Amino acid sequence: MFGVLMITLLLTISLVGSNMDTILKQGIIYQVRAEITENTTISQAFNEPEEFEKFVQQKIDERIKTLGLDEPWYSPQRLGYTMYKILILDFGNATFLASDSGSSNVGEIILEKMPKTVLLFTTATIIISVIGILLGAASSNKIGSKTDRITSTFAVISSSFPVWWIGMLMIFVFAFVWQIFPARATPSIEPDDPGYILALLYHMALPVITIVLIGFGAWAYLVRNFMVGIMQEDFINAKKTMGISKKKIVYRHALRNAAPPIVTILALSLSGSLGGAIITEAVFDWPGMGRLYFEAISVMDLPVIIGSTYILTVLFLISIFIADLLYGYFDPRVRTSN
Amino acid sequence: MSSVSTDEIKKEFLKSRLGLTGIFILAGLIIISITTIAIIPTSTFQDWNNPEKWISYPKTSVPSWVNFLSSDKIPEHKIISPEIFETKNDGIILVSQQFGISFEYDDYPSDFIFETKTKYSDSHLVQIKVLRPDGVTLELLSTTLPYSETETTHSQRYFSTDDMMKKNLKLQKNELDFSEGTIETVFSQLGNNEILKGNYIFIIDTYGIEEAINVLESKMILGGKAFGIMGTDELRRDLAIGLLWGTPLALFIGISVSIGSVVVGLIYGVYSGYKGKKTDEVMMRFNDIIYALPALPFLIILAVTISNSIFLMIGFLMIFSWVGIAKVSRSMSLQIKTRQYVEAAKIMGQKDSKIIFRHILPQLLPYAFASIAISVPAAITTEAGLSFLGLGDPSFPTWGQILHDANTYGAAAQGFWWWIVPPGILIAVTGLAFVFIGNALDSIINPKLKR
Repeated sequence: MFGVLMITLLLTISLVGSNMDTILKQGIIYQVRAEITENTTISQAFNEPEEFEKFVQQKIDERIKTLGLDEPWYSPQRLGYTMYKILILDFGNATFLASDSGSSNVGEIILEKMPKTVLLFTTATIIISVIGILLGAASSNKIGSKTDRITSTFAVISSSFPVWWIGMLMIFVFAFVWQIFPARATPSIEPDDPGYILALLYHMALPVITIVLIGFGAWAYLVRNFMVGIMQEDFINAKKTMGISKKKIVYRHALRNAAPPIVTILALSLSGSLGGAIITEAVFDWPGMGRLYFEAISVMDLPVIIGSTYILTVLFLISIFIADLLYGYFDPRVRTSN
Repeated sequence: MSSVSTDEIKKEFLKSRLGLTGIFILAGLIIISITTIAIIPTSTFQDWNNPEKWISYPKTSVPSWVNFLSSDKIPEHKIISPEIFETKNDGIILVSQQFGISFEYDDYPSDFIFETKTKYSDSHLVQIKVLRPDGVTLELLSTTLPYSETETTHSQRYFSTDDMMKKNLKLQKNELDFSEGTIETVFSQLGNNEILKGNYIFIIDTYGIEEAINVLESKMILGGKAFGIMGTDELRRDLAIGLLWGTPLALFIGISVSIGSVVVGLIYGVYSGYKGKKTDEVMMRFNDIIYALPALPFLIILAVTISNSIFLMIGFLMIFSWVGIAKVSRSMSLQIKTRQYVEAAKIMGQKDSKIIFRHILPQLLPYAFASIAISVPAAITTEAGLSFLGLGDPSFPTWGQILHDANTYGAAAQGFWWWIVPPGILIAVTGLAFVFIGNALDSIINPKLKR
């Protein structure tokens, strides 16, 4: 798992590294020139323009060397240093972006955006899974019933619509036709205002509704399929012959046996949705990691890109790990003897 | 893994209603694509981002079929060509271009523009007037064409926003009580501000001495608020053309990504499973690494840093979509390789590549087709998502691109539903077609799912 993390990092750095170097170097050239031209005494000291140019170039080279930019980004020294810094969660300073409180420290920016993304997507995922499991169990209870057929159809149809498109429609319906919810999900109140949390929740409603609407059908369908498989097992038949009511079998016994795969997929979908957050947050203008990532990409803010990719990968891997642990917890068969 | 023959699959498939629906939709989409490529000139999509091309179209106008649904008729955007009459009187030649409009709408048009291109010599007098349904004639403009001794070609546009027009109308206003503004004056009833419906004739008269002007091109654009089958966007582009061009592009992207990733995944997985031991271990670890990479962030980085050309994008999408197929086909090949005929082939000393391509892969073909169909929608939506973020290939009008523009111009918050709804529905319908086909195939190959 650690290896995957390192490879992800390496890939990210190698993809953005060379671009970043050019940007940084141009920045330095600009800075040095500005400094020198501001100070008129220096330029007056030279008679020949060529000589002056030479001096400027020399200054630039000096500056590049002190910052360690004379070596290419893939030199082991720089690469190792960057990797080490990231490992100890020191992402450095952002070049362009800043957090709401004005800090340009990447760690602080991410720390500020992270809770909002987590809030939005865990809320949505919890709602989805509750609705999905109940609906799935209900439709597996009566296969071929109306509930079952509607759920299956809804699952197939809803999963082929892109979430962000439904988001645009929702904004159109609920922010334009009926003005119930705000179109932008970023609250206009300052974060230190006491009403901020309430405003945030209110602004969160539309994205959550959208994500739930798209997600729960597929969930119900998944749960149904697991349940159908389990309902054909011998022990369920045994319970049936014992005369236990079907409802009790479904919700008590079958659902518990369907738990391991459901939990695994839950954990995976949660982490998967973090990646999808980039587009969803862009549509709703939700002030979370996804939008931060998108903004960072559009202005090529390397430290932020590396930092967020790293965090996203870490989260993804952690959730895979948790899924494995939970699987063991719910399914005693995979537990090791010690 | 069951061995179903091709004939059986065909027979079963024709029985499945879902599968047939999918095929039906797909056939429709393919027909649309072919007719688009055949009928609509390619220049339209090359000019998609060229604002000059769309100058004579209206801005964010609703589709014109909306008029069939509502009682209030929205003025349609019209481009009218004239009838030209030539009369000679006392050596003065009058060339009259007459534009007839039947105006039956409940709202004023936004503007009108005359565009003419003429060939003439000497000096000519131009007079523009409108004959209204109530018999009133309004003089709009009197001007001359620039003097020229030799024969020249001259292009001229007359706008309804012209100050001279407004002034001329004001002079006539004393006798007729009209409302403000050129458009309102021309199109309202006498005495009040209500719209006057009926047939209007706009006339451009050119008077010349002994020599007629030669009208090369001439049209009148009556700027409306409704246009075409799909309406237009903020940049005056005809959305119908964008949507039509999006169809072959989406099919191309979806199908090539899925075929590419299925072929790669299949061969990778089968080889890994067949070889087993160390090779298998190494190949599967590599598979795991790709699996653990967050796909979308990487796609974004790739699109930004390397290139957003549509062909490279297809390649990038493949990188992240072959992984699952490789896993499944590996486990399938693990089963197949223990079958006797494979072992027999091995004992006979056949080459590995021959065993894989001759004996194992054909067994997996039905599965391959099902997974091609199933993985198309994901490819289409991912590409649309990337385009939506503004990372698509700007030279191709894909559906995602249209939605990206809609989002940047705040279409949802301003209520431009015709800009948002059709591209999304097309994305979903295309996806559904493949999901239907894939599910139908899947349930034939894995009878276990069919309960």
